[in-house]
Order: sequence, then structure tokens, then C-alpha cells
Amino acid sequence: MTARFHLGIGLDGAGWHPAAWREAGARPTELLDLAYWVDLVQIAQAAGVDLVTFEDAFGLQSSGFGGVDDRRDEVRGRLDALLLATAVAPHTSRIGLVPTVTTTHTEPFHVGTATATLDYVSEGWGGWRVQVSGRAHEALHVGRRSIPPLDPAAVAAGTDPAQTALLEQLFGEAADTVEVARRLWDSWEDDAVIRDVPTGRFIDRDKLHYIDFSGDHFTVKGPSITPRPPQGQPVVYVLAHQKVPYELATRSADIVGITPRDDAHLSQILTELADAAATVDRTAPDPLRVWTEAVVLIEDSTAAATAALARLDKAHGSTYTSDTVILAGTAATVAAQLLDWHARGIHGVRLRPARLPADLVHIVDEVIPVLAEAGVLDRPADADSLRARLELGRPANRYATTDADAAPTDSVASTSPADLAHHDLIGSARS
Amino acid sequence: MTLTSDAPASTDPARPLKQVHLAAHFPGVNNTTVWRDSNAASQIDFSSFKHFARNAEKGKFDFLFLAEGLRVREHKGLIHDLDVVGRPNTLAVLAGIAAVTEHIGLVGTLSTTFNEPYELARQLASLDQLSQGRAGWNIVTTHDAFHGENFRRGAFLDKADRYTRAEEFVAVARQLWDAWAPDALLADKTTGEFLAENAVRLVDHHGPQFDVTGFGTLPRSPQGRPVIVQAGDSADGRDFASRTAEVIFSRHATFDDGQKFYRDVKGRLKDIGRHRDSLKILPAATFILGDTEAEARERSREIALLQVSPQTAIAFLEQVWGTDLSGYDPDGPLPEIDPVSTDQGVTRGRVRHDSDPAAIARGWRALAEAEGLSIRDLVIRFAANHTFVGTPVQVAETINRHVQEDASDGFVIVGNTNPTGLDEFVDTVIPELQERGVYRTDYKPGATLRQTLGLPV
Repeated sequence: MTARFHLGIGLDGAGWHPAAWREAGARPTELLDLAYWVDLVQIAQAAGVDLVTFEDAFGLQSSGFGGVDDRRDEVRGRLDALLLATAVAPHTSRIGLVPTVTTTHTEPFHVGTATATLDYVSEGWGGWRVQVSGRAHEALHVGRRSIPPLDPAAVAAGTDPAQTALLEQLFGEAADTVEVARRLWDSWEDDAVIRDVPTGRFIDRDKLHYIDFSGDHFTVKGPSITPRPPQGQPVVYVLAHQKVPYELATRSADIVGITPRDDAHLSQILTELADAAATVDRTAPDPLRVWTEAVVLIEDSTAAATAALARLDKAHGSTYTSDTVILAGTAATVAAQLLDWHARGIHGVRLRPARLPADLVHIVDEVIPVLAEAGVLDRPADADSLRARLELGRPANRYATTDADAAPTDSVASTSPADLAHHDLIGSARS
Repeated sequence: MTLTSDAPASTDPARPLKQVHLAAHFPGVNNTTVWRDSNAASQIDFSSFKHFARNAEKGKFDFLFLAEGLRVREHKGLIHDLDVVGRPNTLAVLAGIAAVTEHIGLVGTLSTTFNEPYELARQLASLDQLSQGRAGWNIVTTHDAFHGENFRRGAFLDKADRYTRAEEFVAVARQLWDAWAPDALLADKTTGEFLAENAVRLVDHHGPQFDVTGFGTLPRSPQGRPVIVQAGDSADGRDFASRTAEVIFSRHATFDDGQKFYRDVKGRLKDIGRHRDSLKILPAATFILGDTEAEARERSREIALLQVSPQTAIAFLEQVWGTDLSGYDPDGPLPEIDPVSTDQGVTRGRVRHDSDPAAIARGWRALAEAEGLSIRDLVIRFAANHTFVGTPVQVAETINRHVQEDASDGFVIVGNTNPTGLDEFVDTVIPELQERGVYRTDYKPGATLRQTLGLPV
């Protein structure tokens, strides 16, 4: 059997190119309307996309990494991603909904119950893209913590000890937040509600558990106010670009999104991920899935795609750059790249449409059929949750006191061929 | 209370009929919510919220109301297991409900102590956008260490500062909600202007509780900003509400008490120059219906027995006595021993009313002896005392009398079964109110919550 290749779509505003909102098909006046987002997610769902993500931040959008700029030619204004995803949920039934939720200034208890509630409203299709806020001006939104300005170049180079220390602090806090959420999700056993009339008890209190988390940034007592969500553990996605975030991902995530520029970079990233996995104690359920990320812009010919990108860049007044590869070409060339990643053992991809809805429609109408033809999109026919769709299994409850709960209710299937470079990553992550 | 259907609302002929405003309270995690009933479904599954919300919308309610609990309650040092336990996250489930309703307001209870204004203002603004102007916020000021154990700052706030913080919190939130100019969004593809010039104002707040500097992330919603609801009852709470709130969720559901509270609060409005209609007063009310008054009374007794199980009766007494009473017979007389004084009470995670336990116990014993009440009977008197018991006509007339005679502007109706507990009220009481010309027969198309409530925009 050919291993499956999973597909995610990253949704943000009118698309990832900052001038996308000016395209003829764009709907820039509807970006705060639920109906717009429902339309996009339903397009993805109908094509069998496994999950969509919703971008967010702990502040207003800005073109740079510094404070909020005064540009008026880019999309500004954004809905809280978790609330948006939860409002989309009643309109969908079989696609993962993965909002971005910041860990730096938020309350871990609220994050835990909110993500659990998304899982309830979506009936088992909830996830969470973990994000830190390293922006100094966003710290001023809360006003109790001073974050020095991050220098992305110094962070990437790893040359400034102060910047590295800050990064470790932010991602350490993120790891603690994920740990708190995971413990809160498990803090009710699945059969805690008993409704036992003779004894007058609604719950079996022995099946609710204090999580007693204590870390450098906060303590949380628990248990959750929200019972264990349908998936047991909603899917945690971590986008990562270097060592410190790789450690967060290998410790805490179900899926890590990586951003290879080319094949050599991909090999390097997989090695670094394996190194990270070897240094952390993994606390997430196995396995860890590795997805690549790409911005996509699709036209009928390479020349037309190049021209479209040039048109957008001209409208914006600068050449678009991204933290990941930009695939501007035909559906065939995009599909070929995805199949190549699949052949290298990558488990899935998060595609970021340069223009919405245009490039989402191109992906759905032109790329997905090629992947289906190649036989990499077969899905479990009866998948009734995001974890089931991704064959991640339903994790056992860490607090379970009975045999029925202690055993996983689903087997965990790994789709990674044994001979791949990153197999060791997954192996070591398991230990 | 006794209901009389023969006393028409005495209204000044010169004064037009007041319109009744109603809110639908999703059954909460207390003994009012009957879980032993065969109709009782999950209080977590979204299907329950969908049914509840759509039924309330069918009944043209102004808004639905969700309480909040930030920690599972405890009793005698253990997790309290006799009542419904567990809720979804308030904001998230309201976002889901926004997607399955069109007109009804969505009011969530959210703490000013265990949230930060920048984030909560943004979440409420998002809910307001997603619902096209139907969001509301019931402000609570829970501050104790028990709840603090689930949050970053723990028990950081003195009780005396809780309204100071709440007031400053709301002031910051309002600045953030108002920070975008009304015509901020241009999205003009031709000129390339997405934002108008000077569209977003920087909020730069520095006060005793908060230092918040930044730009809000959303424009004003169709209703401008979310509706503020408040339930404080102390003098401080009433002052805070009269300065800040647009709806008061009150405890004063009986007629005389209601009139007194109504006069008091509306008087405070006048003192600070607010229009009396800019704040609606809605007491919480439970109800039991029957085809005849006798049948309603019989049902009231049956429901009360479900709401106060033998175990619940003992646990209720233990809250006052402050000690283990499990050796007592719920169907027997009240304990002869005196209450034990404790620092923090035997039950944690629910609102406590500071009173003298010994005095309460003396009063209860006297009442029980005078009327021959068992422990369970007595607890039913206090913990399952249904506000309105009668036929749909009687209940509608009582509600109308309270509104026309300024004992309230309407009620927050609390059903006792989840999620179908309001179905009968919607099917039988609402038409009676509509027939009397005091309740909307439909929502105004596209009306925001603020418009539905008749609040100044």
C-alpha cells in the first residue's frame, strides 16, 4: 500500500500575499464575516482536505516583526482564530479545524477549555496551532512583562545569547502551556459522568483529576471544567524553523510543520529534528508527523504564474518573501513537488494559498486530482474525527484508573516507511 | 409566590405598555438543574446548546445567557458530585451558537479577575462580529484563591479591589472597542487603500490595575460594542452596575422586593444623569407550568424532590453547619448541634452570602419545628423554591404585572432540564405575552442585541 499523504490548507485573510486582497476574485470586504470563512472551509472539505488552519496573533497585523506599522495597503483586522474556527464548526462535518492560539500572554486554563470546546462543537475535528508571541509591542498589550525586541536575523543565526535565551523562555512557556492543556484534556476520564440515581451522584469524583502543574511561568491546579474532549487529545500543530522550536515540536506536537527551501535544506531539517527529539522527553502521544509548508500560486502556465506573482509584487511595491518555499507555477509542478516530498517520507503538507479563494480553488480543482491519481490520498472511509482521519489513534488517558481506559481505544498506525532519514526521529521521539 | 390571574396590571392610562424583555438561562451546574429526569441530556454536547438556543430564538427571547465556573466545585474538601458538573468554555461555545442562530443575543459570563482586557475585548469583539452584533458580556468579579489556583496570578486581588479592577477593565475594553473609526475599512482595490487614513487609534492606558498600550484588532461591530450585563447586589455592586451596566441580572424576583430594587437602581441612574431606559433590570426566575394551578403545584413538588435529593439536602445543610452531617436522616429533624465556624466555608466554588451561620441555623430550626418540616422539606423551601408556579396564563400575567408596575423590565428565565427545559415555556407562555401586546411577535430584521433590548445605540 502506498503511504497516505495528508493535506492542510493555511487560511489567512485574502491569502498569504499581502496584495492578494486587490485581486479580482478577492473578497476583502468580507474578511470579518463568518460566511466568507465557511465558504472557504467548505471548498476544502468537499475536496477531501484533512484540515484547515486559521492564522492569528496577539495583536494587529504588521508587515514587519517590529511594532505595528502605518501601512494602509495591507489587510488589517482579524477575528480571534479559535472563536472563528468554533463558529465554522457547525457548518462542517469532516475536516479538521486548527486555529492559531498564542501561548505567551494567554491563560493556559482558558486555552485548555477553549480548545476542548472547539473539539466538542466540531464533534471531534478540533486542533490547535501553537504560537508564541516574541513581539515587544504585544507584551505591552498586557503590560506585566517586558520582552526586548527580537532580532529575527540574530535569532536565526543563534549568535546572540540574550536572544537565544528569550527564545528558549518563550518556547519553554509554550511547552508548559501545551502540557497543561493536555493534562486538562485528560483530567476527566471518559466515563466520569455516571448519573447514578441511587447514590445521587452525577459524576464519579474519582475519575476527575487534579493536574497540579507547576512550572517556571505558572501553576495550574485543575481539573478542567470541561470534560475530556471527543478526540481525547485534539491535534497539536507546531510550525518550527530551528532548534528551539524543533524541541517544542518533538516534545509536544502531533504534527510539526517545517519549511525547507530545497532538498538539501530538507535533509538538514530532518537531521536537526532528530537531534532535537533525542534531547527532549516527549510528552505528546506518538507518533509525531512531519509536514512541509509551502506558499502556492497556481496558473495555467509557468509564465502566467510568474506574471501573476509579479503583478502582486508590483501592487505591493516589493518582492514577496516567506519563511517557506513559494511554489508559483502550474498545478502539475506543485503536485510534482508534493509527490516528491511524499516520496521522501514526509507525511503531509500545509499549503498556504497566495490568493483566496483563487489558489484554494486551483489546489482543489487541479492539484488534488493529480495526487488522487497517484494513489496517495486514500483515507480511512469511516474516519469520524481528525485524529482518526490522520490515523493518530485516540490516546489513552494518562490518569485512567481502570483497564478499559488504560488501553488505547484505537491502534496507532505509523505511515512512515522504515528506510527514511527521519525514521530515527520518530523512533527516538518515542523513547 | 402566590399567583393571581384576576388582578390586571394597573397601569397609568397615559403611559404606553412597557415591553417585556426575556433572557434564557442555559441550565447551570447547581441543584436547580435536574439530571435525573429522563429528558436530561448532556450539558456539554453542542447538540444541547443548539436545541436550547434555537428554542429560545423561536420564543423571540432577547438573549441566551451562559454562566461560568472557572473551577469544579468542592464540598468537604472533595469534588462536589451531586449536581451537574462541567461546562464548555463560555466564549467558544457562544461562537458555535452564533453559527446556528440569527437573531438572539449571546451573553456570556466572564471574569474581570482571571482575564486581561486586551485579550477579552478582542474575543468579545470577535464574537460580536461573528454574530453580527449580538454579543453581550456578564461581568463577574470572582477573586478568591480557590479559583486563582487555576490561573497565572493566583489570588492576586483583594476583595475590596474587585470592582475597581472591573471598572478599569471595562474602561480599557471600551477604548479598544471604540479605537477604529466608523469608516476605517475601505478595501478599495483600485486605489489600494485597505484602511482609511488615521483609521485606528492607539490605546494607551495606565491605571492602578492595568497598563495597556496597543491597537485593537477589530473595527466596531454592527452594534458598536457588546452589551454589558452585571449581577452585583452589594452597594458597591449597584453603583458599579448603574455606572457601567446595560442589563442587571438581579436576584430580586418577588414583586415587593423587585419594586424596591428597581426604584433603587433607577434612582442611581438619575443621580448620574443616565436615562432610566438605558439599563434593563431582569431578575432570575424559575417556573413550573400546569394545565391548572393545582397541577402546577403538584409538578412543583415533584421537581423539587428531584432538585433536592436526600444527599443534596444534607450537603445543603452542611454548607451552613460547616461540618459533616452525613449521619443525619434527610427525612428527620434538623441537627440539634450548632454550626461550626470555618474560615472559608465547607463548599468552595460557588457564590457565598456572608451571614451568621448560627443565626441562620436557629431560624431554620424554628421554622422546621413550627411547620413540622424535615431536613429535606426545609431545604426544598430554600433551594427549590420556584418563582412562578401556575398555568401559562397566570405566569404570563404575573410577568406582565411585574414589568408594567416596575418590579422589573422582564426576567432571566431558568429552566430545570437541559436542553428542553424551556420548550414548554416557549410554546405556552410566550403566546400569552404576545397576545397581551407586551412582547415581540418577531425580531426586527437584522436587529442587534442592543436594538432588541431597546438600548441606546
